[in-house]
Amino acid sequence: MVRVLINVPKDIRANEPFDVKVLISHPMESGQRRDQLGLAIPRDIINHFICALDGETVLEAELFPAIAANPFLSFSAVTEKSGTLTLTFTDDHGVTQTETVSIIVT
Amino acid sequence: MILPRRRFILLATCAALSPALATPSEVAGLIQALVGDAPLKDGLIHLDLPVMVENGNAVAMSVSVADPPSPVASVHVFAEGNPLPRVAVFHFGPQSGAPRVSTRMRLATSQTVIAIARLKDGSCWRDSVDLLVTLAACIE
Repeated sequence: MVRVLINVPKDIRANEPFDVKVLISHPMESGQRRDQLGLAIPRDIINHFICALDGETVLEAELFPAIAANPFLSFSAVTEKSGTLTLTFTDDHGVTQTETVSIIVT
Repeated sequence: MILPRRRFILLATCAALSPALATPSEVAGLIQALVGDAPLKDGLIHLDLPVMVENGNAVAMSVSVADPPSPVASVHVFAEGNPLPRVAVFHFGPQSGAPRVSTRMRLATSQTVIAIARLKDGSCWRDSVDLLVTLAACIE
């Protein structure tokens, strides 16, 4: 389990795009670095991210080692009614973590 | 404490083992495989990156497609001078508010970063940024 910060605006209007910001606390080890003995440090990154609103995709991302440590993603979503935003990401070990946020349309 | 000669051998080994960087032709091949026969035009997509980068470990990058004539199927980002040229692929779904996304990337050296947008109608659009990196992302 890694720490995840998710930020959505407080007042969301129906059919008006709003920004979703996600910050995942993860080293994103690129697999290119070597330790002090010259041995390769194995790759360990979040390679897949998907954000869905009530089951409908908002953004799906394939990430590669060129994404900086503690990956940050900011993107736009739109909805006509209140719902649940589900963020799912998978790392190189195949571990999947899911976070949810309630979206309340005012 | 490492003896100077041992340190030299260690450094030489690290240098020999350090990864080769991607080349512009390798990226061109990836783009060719992605685009296929579709026309690749400049414009429509906008890649926002600083031209002068002080620290290559985390560089703010954003891509957006302004007023696409048909929905954006995917956006691909490539870095010509990184050890691995692929940076990210974004797919926009039905609940997406606008085809734009921001993130932070690593840059191994001064290079050209390319973004390709593929629309649902099959057309492909390109934008690129040439940038200078002062402190490279550590790859060794």
